Amino acid sequence: MDIKATVLDILNDLTGSDVSGAMDDNLFDSGIMDSMASVQLLLSLQSELGVNVPVSEFERSEWDTPNKIIAKVETLA
Amino acid sequence: MLTFEPYGNPTYFALLGVALLPLMIGLLYGKRSRLYETLVSIFFLVLTFGGSKWTQGVALIIYILYEVVLTWGYAVYRRNHNSGPLFYLMVILAIAPLTIVKVTPAVENGQSSLIGFLGVSYLTFRAVQTMMETRDGTLKNYNIMTFLQFMLFFPTISSGPIDRYRRFEADYRSVPDRDKYLGMLQKGIRYLFVGFLYKFILAYYFGTILMPKLQLMAMHSRGGFLDISWPLIGYMYCYSADLFFDFAGYSLFAVGTSYIMGIATPMNFNQPWRSPNIKDFWNRWHITLSFWFRDFIYMRLVFWFMKHKIFKKPTTTANVTYIINMLIMGFWHGVTWYYITYGLFHGVALVVNDTWLRYKKKHRQSIPHNKFTQIFAIFLTANLVCFSFLIFSGILDKIWFLK
Repeated sequence: MDIKATVLDILNDLTGSDVSGAMDDNLFDSGIMDSMASVQLLLSLQSELGVNVPVSEFERSEWDTPNKIIAKVETLA
Repeated sequence: MLTFEPYGNPTYFALLGVALLPLMIGLLYGKRSRLYETLVSIFFLVLTFGGSKWTQGVALIIYILYEVVLTWGYAVYRRNHNSGPLFYLMVILAIAPLTIVKVTPAVENGQSSLIGFLGVSYLTFRAVQTMMETRDGTLKNYNIMTFLQFMLFFPTISSGPIDRYRRFEADYRSVPDRDKYLGMLQKGIRYLFVGFLYKFILAYYFGTILMPKLQLMAMHSRGGFLDISWPLIGYMYCYSADLFFDFAGYSLFAVGTSYIMGIATPMNFNQPWRSPNIKDFWNRWHITLSFWFRDFIYMRLVFWFMKHKIFKKPTTTANVTYIINMLIMGFWHGVTWYYITYGLFHGVALVVNDTWLRYKKKHRQSIPHNKFTQIFAIFLTANLVCFSFLIFSGILDKIWFLK
């Protein structure tokens, strides 16, 4: 399964809303994501893609839109 | 010899201006003289921690050496090993001096600890953060000289903002180009002047002129239900205004001075009084502290709880961690009933806030959202915050328990 689809699945599960229509929207500004959801995202990335992201790698401004998250995961995978 | 409180009086600013002028000219011509910057830093550190405060200076030097040994030792160890218990031990050792400083007044009848000095908290935050990022492997090239510059960067040494090692290092190792530096210079000078307005006019009015009067009136108006009176309510708003203008003013000085030195120290306040809820308030108030707590306590605890499946539901994990996080923040302010209550109050407020946000998300259609509800939310948040500052101020301790 490719990274983009998996990340979108994780995000949809986490936020309870479909984010695929707004790939450049800031997830934190709109309140869809918060610190708790960030940690859940990191744990899901680990379990579903085997991508290990330590908490201090999570600089919020680099992870705040679906597109940025996908790009980040692709560099780390 | 004279000692100065950082940004405390016109002489300090005059000295600052003279000391920074060569540095500004250098940066405008694309040069950063580490030697000169170090000399300026030492000069201002001596102004703050020398003279009659020399015991604090000695405490600072010993403390810095101690943290250097710990962080450097850990960085060397971490190159080839990664033991969990050793990491926890190192973190405990790194916060041990701060813990002693914070607990001493509570057990020694208000006596302050001999190992304390102005800014010990803020230095501890920086050291612990350096250690945690070393463990995570995100900070790989720990350098003692950079660490010292980062810890002892004089504009922010006494009360923050709390920068991050990697961010500071990137700025410190580079020289901004002329356009960028001119922008920083302009911002820096504007910050200093807004700081003057906040700290020397507004905070002076609220804190020095108005607050003592209101406190006296509140003490004389005791006797009603819980000793609450109109002057006490006035005190609540006055104290909140003073707290904001005093600390935001200081922070503007610290950030402004950093910008003039070509270092983009992060901002500490971002219009906190327009937050529509408590969660957003903590993204706008004392930002570098609340983000430090978010990144190094909240997220790490949540991560640990979820990885070890301690709680069944993610919401329980979030709620328990909110309370722990804010209680630690309360204890950090000092071991008194009112600081701890203040922490607990904000922990509970965050839990309630999150529950409400979840409810609102589920019932989006049936809950009105318009200009009026927005204004009401801002009003409610501001008043809740002011009430929490009333607890924080410690005046209730005097009103209720002072005979």
